[in-house]
Order: sequence, then structure tokens, then C-alpha cells
Amino acid sequence: MAKFHLTLTVNDETHELLIDPRRTLLNVLRNDLNLRGVHRGCDSGECGACTVLVNGSPISSCMRLAADCDGADVLTVEGVAANGELHPVQRALVDHGGIQCGFCTPGMIMASIALLKENPRPTEDEVRFSLAGNLCRCTGYKKIVEAVLSVAEAVKP
Amino acid sequence: MSSAIGQRQPKLDAPDKATGRTVYGHDVRLPGMLHGQSLYSRYPHARILNVDISRALKLPGVKAIITAADNPPTKFGYGKDNTPLKGDVVRSLRDEVAAVAAIDPDIAAEALELIEVEYEPLEALFDAAAALKDGAPLIHAERGTNRFSHFNYTHGDLEQGERDSDVIAEADYELPYVAHAALETSVVIASFDHRGHLTLYSTTQIPFLLQRDLSEALGLEGSDVRIIQTAIGGAFGRGLDIYPFEPIAALLARKAGQPVRLSFSRHEEFLAAPVRQPVKAHIRAGATRDGQITFRDVYALLDIGAYVSWGSVTPLVMMETTASLYRVPHVRFTADCVYTNNPITGAVRGYGNPQSTFWVETTMDRLAEALQLDPIDFRLRNANRPNEETPQGLKITSCGLKECLEAVAARADVEVGSWKMEVGKRVASKSPVSNLQSPTSNLKRGIGFASTLNVGGGARIYRSDGCGATVKIDDFGHVSLITGSTEIGQGSETVLAQIVAEVLGVKIEDINVLNSDTDVKPWDVGVHASRTTFIAGNAAQLAALDARQQVFETASQMLGVAPDQFAMRGGDVVTLSGDKSIELGKVARARHFRAGGQIISGEGFYDPPTQLVDKDSYKGNISAAYGFGAQMAEVEVDTETGHVRVLRLVCANDVGRAINPMAVEGQMEGGAQMGLGYALTEELIVKEGRVLNPDFHDYRLFTSADMPKLETIIVETDDPQGPFGAKGVGEMGGTPTAAAIANAIYDAIGVRLTTVPMTPERVLRALIEKEDCDTC
Repeated sequence: MAKFHLTLTVNDETHELLIDPRRTLLNVLRNDLNLRGVHRGCDSGECGACTVLVNGSPISSCMRLAADCDGADVLTVEGVAANGELHPVQRALVDHGGIQCGFCTPGMIMASIALLKENPRPTEDEVRFSLAGNLCRCTGYKKIVEAVLSVAEAVKP
Repeated sequence: MSSAIGQRQPKLDAPDKATGRTVYGHDVRLPGMLHGQSLYSRYPHARILNVDISRALKLPGVKAIITAADNPPTKFGYGKDNTPLKGDVVRSLRDEVAAVAAIDPDIAAEALELIEVEYEPLEALFDAAAALKDGAPLIHAERGTNRFSHFNYTHGDLEQGERDSDVIAEADYELPYVAHAALETSVVIASFDHRGHLTLYSTTQIPFLLQRDLSEALGLEGSDVRIIQTAIGGAFGRGLDIYPFEPIAALLARKAGQPVRLSFSRHEEFLAAPVRQPVKAHIRAGATRDGQITFRDVYALLDIGAYVSWGSVTPLVMMETTASLYRVPHVRFTADCVYTNNPITGAVRGYGNPQSTFWVETTMDRLAEALQLDPIDFRLRNANRPNEETPQGLKITSCGLKECLEAVAARADVEVGSWKMEVGKRVASKSPVSNLQSPTSNLKRGIGFASTLNVGGGARIYRSDGCGATVKIDDFGHVSLITGSTEIGQGSETVLAQIVAEVLGVKIEDINVLNSDTDVKPWDVGVHASRTTFIAGNAAQLAALDARQQVFETASQMLGVAPDQFAMRGGDVVTLSGDKSIELGKVARARHFRAGGQIISGEGFYDPPTQLVDKDSYKGNISAAYGFGAQMAEVEVDTETGHVRVLRLVCANDVGRAINPMAVEGQMEGGAQMGLGYALTEELIVKEGRVLNPDFHDYRLFTSADMPKLETIIVETDDPQGPFGAKGVGEMGGTPTAAAIANAIYDAIGVRLTTVPMTPERVLRALIEKEDCDTC
């Protein structure tokens, strides 16, 4: 099959890749760009572990062909911390005990960042609804929701 | 310096997990690594006539194909009834017939399609009761029966219990398959070195037992197998045994001469990973007019599927709940574990306890109703107490069951002794979510309670319940804890570091925990049975005390002060009088930079003073401590749709002492999520041996939006044998949830459900049956 010439900016770095056009964004991020913080949990858009931001919007990278992201700007969990400091959402998840096995964590972080960008002071229900596409089997979500709300609290109205 | 014990300590591994640095099994890449995939059976029960791999072998990129001809001669598994690949007969749709290693996953998948297998279908058994009938086809012919095991426990005199009873409650229960649904699917990487030694990267929970079992299964020496546990993306009992994919990966790697990774897709995870065994149970129980339990009589029939695992020991836990949750003078518990052609089953968090707590605690409410007693009052009258031995031989030391019940009752604003269930009439408790509603509304509210008893000081189901630990202090005052136990997300690494920090007076940041390599760490039976804080915690404490003694001896030689006149504080060794102090690293250096020098290396091994249950009577004290808990659920039931919404779940657990309250809450809250799913949404639907809902769309976990308001209450009772008073809590968070919700549904609409999940269809059917009955 003819290869697809993909240009992808990931975490502020631009890559040119020749890929099989059938491959997903998840597959390319994990295997070509070694971004293994993007987790593969279900391959069907049901668990949210592979959530990344494409042009600022959260998507399940297992459900998106990499070729469809040609020219796009992608943000993964590896690109979120700046200058060696955890992003406030990362910090809050650590401090509130919102991380246990950690497999859902990168997707949770990306979904939370997308929410807070769109809605800096969400209500608890809004947080719960926004994260409903990200499954967690360890925490019961309570501490994750509290962490995200604590970041929202810190934003001046 | 403040104590490290009782701190809300963030997990040490959390920052790496938050930044994508953590290496899970799926992230491991070894040079030359191939991708393995297994071909599963097309029939639930069939004779294999021929397996033709010739076309698949010709596919470019295929490096190895194995079939039963490549199996070593030894069978493996708890019942020694399993082989990596099946050669003569397949007994389940999840049976592996062949496996391929190829240079990429797509080629491996293509190769599987080129393998031709001829089957001769055999009569299959999908029902445990049918499998027990005379003349039923045998799943394992050489065993002569489909009954794998039978349990028969009694204490007291059941007939006396019947005679003493003023009220009797009796019901049949049917409980389903449940999946672990860990977010990370199963994965294993097998790699041989030039000596023929195997390194297995694994998500197992039992590295040392797997080392032994896998070496036996492969015909290797135990010393030829090294298990390295990658970061584990959720376990929940999935990794409690050896399963075929592990030897298959090793056999592929050996044949190909290259490392092989075998990772499950989500679909495969639902089909081929072990699941909770479905059980049918009958319970009969009685009580006296003054609210004393008289007896319990339970029979449980478990479908263990085509092969057994440690999951077939779950009747021991069902037995414990049946015989020892509350004071019960007369008990009989019998159970059969039966082979069928259904999916294989294993251990799932709670290990029989969610099932048995469901039938015991819903029956408690039936009895309370018959006695017209407040169900909390009834429970309190029969509650286990501290420092008593149950007739089963459980030596209860610390016990906060009463405190847990009272705590959840207080949150429900129910005064103990004054509350009576008033079916369908509950319009308000004083809680904020229980607003008044119209009696004519189709939304009915109710509250329900349930308790739980679980091992909290290890569980001796194997001849050792031990764990080893080493504490090493280096030249810079940095501490390494090398522990046999494993971090599976629950936070054991952090709790063990807190224990060591407390003993050595160092900051938690100065401790590194090594816990993932069988070539490095000392022996441990595994991370299960809520045992790690208690058992590995005691071992870590012993090792730290040993290291501290070595520090004091050297400091004594350096300062001319007696060894017992020192303390460790703030990273320094200080005299009790407070006038002299040396930096810890300096003591470590002084100890070895000298003739006849030594290093600081403390050792600890802890195996609790417990017993295997007696093989005939099943009595004995299997745990050094017992955990208790209670939950209160407040539900709203829509009588038009049957939909049950849990508004509030209040969870109280007696954990001895919370070394890390944030982690304890995490266990309680996460357990509640699983308990809520068990109660309302989770069921692996299996028809004729086939899983019909192998994805998260149809196997529904609770999401953040589905969760009720969760409240946790930590009850501390300071266990005499626990490290700093702590007991285990890992499994208790979800064991009473389904029962509390079922009791709340009864309070709301007057129907008693005896199966889970309590789906809208089931609730509605029960309501219709009740109405039919009310008018007949």
C-alpha cells in the first residue's frame, strides 16, 4: 500500500513521517514517536486512556487515523509539564490521591485540561460529565474530580 | 519531625504516572522483539482432528508457530489440568489451539487466519448443575467426575438452631460472571538469554509462585526463570495464577530465538482473562424473637469453567462470611466447584466475599423485617466483638464492626433502634439529597445497610503467608527498601516507605522502594487478600529495625555512647540526651571504610502466626487480623422504568490504623466503584460458553457521571499485631455494596432482588411479580 506522508506537530515538535495510511494516531504516537504515555486501553473509543488533544480538542487517538491529522497540532501528556514543573492538573492529581495504577491518568489529564480550557470554573457535575468518557477502575473518581475542582478553584473568577 | 504514620502522603510513583514516564508492560520494547498472538477454539467442546500450520508458516514475517506438539509434558495450574496449547480436546472457546510470533501484530493476525483446524464438536456443558448429573459428559475424562471440589463445613447443631428460631428467612440467589476490567489489558514479554534462562516481564501478582509454576510448566529449573514486574495498570486478582498465555509467550520466544510479547486486545481480555465464577446459592437462616441469630445454612454451586485456578478456593471465603460475620451459633456451609465448558474463572477482588456478603446481608434484612426490628439494631445485637474467637476458629483481635455500623447510621440520620423499614414510604431522611417527594411520584427512595468481614492480617491459603524485606542505607544516607511485595496501584510502595521512614527518622523522599524483580527481591507469596500493608508492612518494619540497630552499633563505636542511647531523627543519628548528632550517611561510611568493614543492611521476614484451615473441618485462624466495615446506600427507584439511582453511598471501614488515610480512602472509594458496578451494571453475559459483551460499551463500568455521592469514614481500632496498628482494607470497599443497595431497593419499593446486577429489567420484573402477587 502506498505510504502516506504525514506532517504532525506533537508537543511543539514537528515530525515528518511516512506511514501506512491505515494506522491510527495512537499507533503512530506510541510506536513512531515513542510517546508511550498515550495508553491503549480498548481500541474502540470506550475507555479514554488514549485521549490526546488535536488542535486543542480532546479525542480518542485510537479512533482517529493518523492520516486524518495531517498538519495538526497534537498535545500528549508528555508535553503538558513546562520547565520541569508539573501542570496544575498533574500536580492536583498527585496531591489529591487521584492516581492509583495510573493507566487512565494520562487520558484523564488531557480530558481535564481540555475541560478547564473551555470552562475554567466548572461545577462538580460539569467535571463528572466531562470525564465520563474516561474510565477508571481504581479510584472511584472521587479524588480525580476533587483534584480537577481544586485547579478550577485556583483560577480567579 | 512529625510522624510519617497517618500522613496523607501522595503516592511516590504518582508524578511519573502523571507525566507518562511510567513503563507498563505494553511499553516494553526489547531488541528483536516479536509479536505473539493465539488462535482460540471455534467450539466450546470439541475434539481436535488436525491442525495445519503449513500455509501460515510460509507467510513472510512469521518467525514461529507453536501447537500442542510444542507443549512440555507437565500440566499446570491450581488443579494441574491445563496445558499451554490444546492438542486432543478443546474445552472452552477461550482455549488456545496454536500461537504465532511475527515481526508485527498485523502479520501475526494474518497468520492465525491461515491456520486450518479441523474439529469434531462434542456435547458441551454450560450449566454447573447439569455437569453434576450422572452420565454427564466429562470435561476432564481422567478425573472421572466434573466436580472439582466439595466443601462441607459445620459448627454447632443446625437442628438446634432451627428449634431455637422464632423466624426463618430463606432464598435462592444467582450471581453472575464479573470481569476485573483493569484499564491495562493482560501483557507478557518472554525473553531467553544465551544460557537458556527466561526473563518474563509480567503483570502478575504472584511473582514467586509464577516463577515456580512457570518453570514447572516449561520443564525449566526455578532458578532459570526471572520475573520482572512492569508497572501494573490494575490487577484486582487477575494476576493470581499462571494462565496459558504466559507459557505460550515463553514457548514462542524459545522457538523463535527472539523475545516475544503477547498482549491482549480488550476484546481478548474479556474473552480469555479469568473472570469471577458465577454462583447459585441457597440460604436459610433464623433468629429468635429477641433478635439473636440462631443459624445459617448455605449451599453454593460454583461454575469454575473448563480449568481451575486459585479462584476455586473462593468457597473458603464464602464460608468465612457465612460462618463468622456476626455471632452465629449454628452453621452449615456446603459448596461444589464444578467444571463446565464455560470461560475459565479466577480470583476477583473480594474473592468470594461480594457474593457471600450479598446473600448473608440481604438475609439479615429479611430476618429483621420478620422480627420487626431495626436492621441496624439487629446487626448490632449480633455484631462480632473485639478479642473473641468465632466458632470457626477466627481469632478476632481488634474489631470495629459496631463503630462502623453506628457511623454509617449516624450519617443516615437514623437513630439506632427507632428505625423501621416502611416500604415505599420513605420520603426523607435528614440528608441533603433526601428531599421530600410526593407519595404519588414514581420515584421512590430508600436506604439500606450492610456490613462486611474480611481478612485483614494476611490469609493463609498457601503453606506460607510470608514476605521478606531488606533495608539498605547507602553512603549518602539514602535508604532502599527491597520488598517482596508488589505495587499494583494500591499504594503499597508508599505505605511501606512511610513505615520505614517512621522507624529510621528519614524523609520519605530519601527512600527508594524496589519491588519488581525476583532476582533482587526476597520471597513473598503475592499481593492479594488485602495482605500487603499488614504482612509486607511488618516485614519492612522488622528490616528497618534491624538496619537501625546496625546504625546504633556503629554510632556507638564512633561516639563512645551506648547503642541504646540513640535515636534517629531528621536524617541524623542523635543521642537521647540530645548533645551529640551525626549525619546518617557518615555512620554508613564509617561502618564500611575500615578494616573488617560492613554495610548497613537490615533484614526482615514476617510470616503471621496463623494456620491453614484444617482439611476436614475447615476450621482455623487463617488471618492474624480481621477487617470490618459497614455501608449505607440511599437509592431512588423509578417504578415506571425500574431504574435504580444510588444517591449516596456511605462507607465505613475498620482499618486498624490508617498509615496513609488518603490511600485508605482510595481503596474504599475504588472498591465502592466495583461494588456499585456489581450491584447495578456489570455482568459478563455468557451464552453457550460464548461471551456476548466483550467490550466497555456493553460491559458497563460506573463512570464519573454515574457515581453517587461517596462518603468514607475511617474507623481506627489499633490492631495489636499490625504495623503501627494497621490492618488490610484492599477488598472491603466493595464487598457489602450490592447488599446495601438491594436492602435500600426493598426499603424503597418492597421487592427483594436475589441476583445482580439489579438492572432496570430485573427491578421492573420483580415489581410486576409483586403487584401480581399483591392482587392475587
